[in-house]
Amino acid sequence: MKSYTAGLMLKRTLVYGIMITLFILAIVPIWLLLINATRSTEQINAGISMLPGSFKQVAYNWNALTSRGFSITQGFYNSLYLAFWMTLCGVYFSAMTAYGLHVYRFVGRRFLWGLILLIMMLPGSLSFIGFYQFMARIKLTDNYLALIIPTIASAGTVLFLRQYLQSILSMELIDAARIDGAGEFRTFHTIVIPIVTPALAAQSIFSFVGSWNNFFTPFVLISTESKATLPMLVQKLRGDIYRTEYGGIYLGIAVSIVPILIFYSFMSRFIISGITLGGVKE
Amino acid sequence: MKSKAVGTERRVNRWGYAFVLPFVVVYFAFSFYPTVYTFLLAFTDLRGLRSDFTFVGLENFAKLIQDPYFWGAVQNTFIMWGLNFAPQLGIALILSIWLSDLRLNLKAKGLFRAVIYMPNLLTAASVALLFRSLFGYPLGPVNQFLNGLGLYREVVRDGQVVQEAFNFFRNVSASRGIVAFIQWWMWYGHTVIMLMAGITSISASLYESAVVDGANSRQTTWYITLPMLRPMMLYILVTSMIGGMQMLDIPFLLTDMRGAPDFKIRTTSVYLYNMAFQGRNDYAYAAAISIGVFLITIVLALIIFFFLQDRSELKNPRKLHVKTK
Repeated sequence: MKSYTAGLMLKRTLVYGIMITLFILAIVPIWLLLINATRSTEQINAGISMLPGSFKQVAYNWNALTSRGFSITQGFYNSLYLAFWMTLCGVYFSAMTAYGLHVYRFVGRRFLWGLILLIMMLPGSLSFIGFYQFMARIKLTDNYLALIIPTIASAGTVLFLRQYLQSILSMELIDAARIDGAGEFRTFHTIVIPIVTPALAAQSIFSFVGSWNNFFTPFVLISTESKATLPMLVQKLRGDIYRTEYGGIYLGIAVSIVPILIFYSFMSRFIISGITLGGVKE
Repeated sequence: MKSKAVGTERRVNRWGYAFVLPFVVVYFAFSFYPTVYTFLLAFTDLRGLRSDFTFVGLENFAKLIQDPYFWGAVQNTFIMWGLNFAPQLGIALILSIWLSDLRLNLKAKGLFRAVIYMPNLLTAASVALLFRSLFGYPLGPVNQFLNGLGLYREVVRDGQVVQEAFNFFRNVSASRGIVAFIQWWMWYGHTVIMLMAGITSISASLYESAVVDGANSRQTTWYITLPMLRPMMLYILVTSMIGGMQMLDIPFLLTDMRGAPDFKIRTTSVYLYNMAFQGRNDYAYAAAISIGVFLITIVLALIIFFFLQDRSELKNPRKLHVKTK
């Protein structure tokens, strides 16, 4: 029995060692990023530090960054604006579609459901060239609408919300609302939306983070400087004009990451429980 | 509920069309039509700033099959996906078993899980730029760290051995390794969470009866946890493969947007971008590339399902057959 406990102790020590290593591995790149964003190029070149520089240096780096056409505030606002509308459209219309599929028995319902499952499997790059050419034809390149409108048909969100509706919504409630004289859309807005709010919140977070992080589609579609999103600006830090401004480069990267870190530190429990909500049932 | 709708019910059911209308309209305009259009364009010669095109039949596909850069990109994508996926699943499997182990009774599990998942939420473009700086030459933090440990690259220059910092992005294996590492770093926490959800859903009575029969923890892991996780692992494998075939932001931004060094970290998606939006703007060929990648993905998914599906249903009749013989 003694050797059994000793073995368990040994295993536990080993497991903790590995956990601490992986913990550090997850933190260190972010930590270096935040520290170096507050240091000068000379300090960064002199060696690794685990302690931050000065506020004055942050102001200097900020200045070095923005004076070279890196309009952080504009990019920040653009990303926020896009993520807001993409999330709102995606979640609202998906809830509508999921409700329509769940409650009404209309011709073509099964076909539509099958179609949604099929779209889930198709990689996005398959339609990209056609999408780009189509947007060019109807003069929607360089327009946020080309990014926002497609979110109205978010197959994954519909799938997730329909599963949620199936588990929670009772038809008696809908019938009661109808008997009380509420129209179909009024029932949806005043009865159904409040009931599915937890699922909408979970889905909104993932949509929001997804749109915030989306680099490629806006990078290809948007060409006007003032419409650039934050990831598009970050991409510019590769360029030669920043070559000597290491502190500025780190600061620019940090600006796109810090909002997510702050958000995540408050919502991690909710987000982690949301990951497995959609994908796997059982 | 299942009976045929009549009268008022049928009229009410028509409202369903109003609810699904926005989805259907947007899907057909912005997703279905572009997909069909991509297929169409793959058979044309659309390139450059022109907007007119003529049909050229299978020309683009014939070119694609013989294009060493395309197959090189396919190879790069596979290598970097494999280098990331094998350790990702392996480490995540071990971690999820440990974290779910009641006998080990680990502390701070929630915090650990939250922290290792965190990189998954970060902007991939920013992560690429961050690692580009961290592995920078000659004074990036990784080089500073290695030099501090006394690790240098030794080069012979003018007949003398010189110690130099590592120029990671000039070296094929190092660059591919860095891409794979970033992908692993961003995704293994996600896999841990998925696998832990899978372990939680395994019925406790299975373990209880195994323990009553005298099974130790290694046996319960080997004969209960792993077989029961099989569907979840299959799901993770297929979604990771489909995602891996689309790998773009990290290899695109880590070096020169063309997969340097020597196009060896150029994935199929980066190649598609290079063809369509740089140089000749060969949209038709890029469309052919996306269809090629799609076909490869489908074939792989089918192979995975064929070899890894649960075939106990198929095996049993065979056993019976052998017995009767």
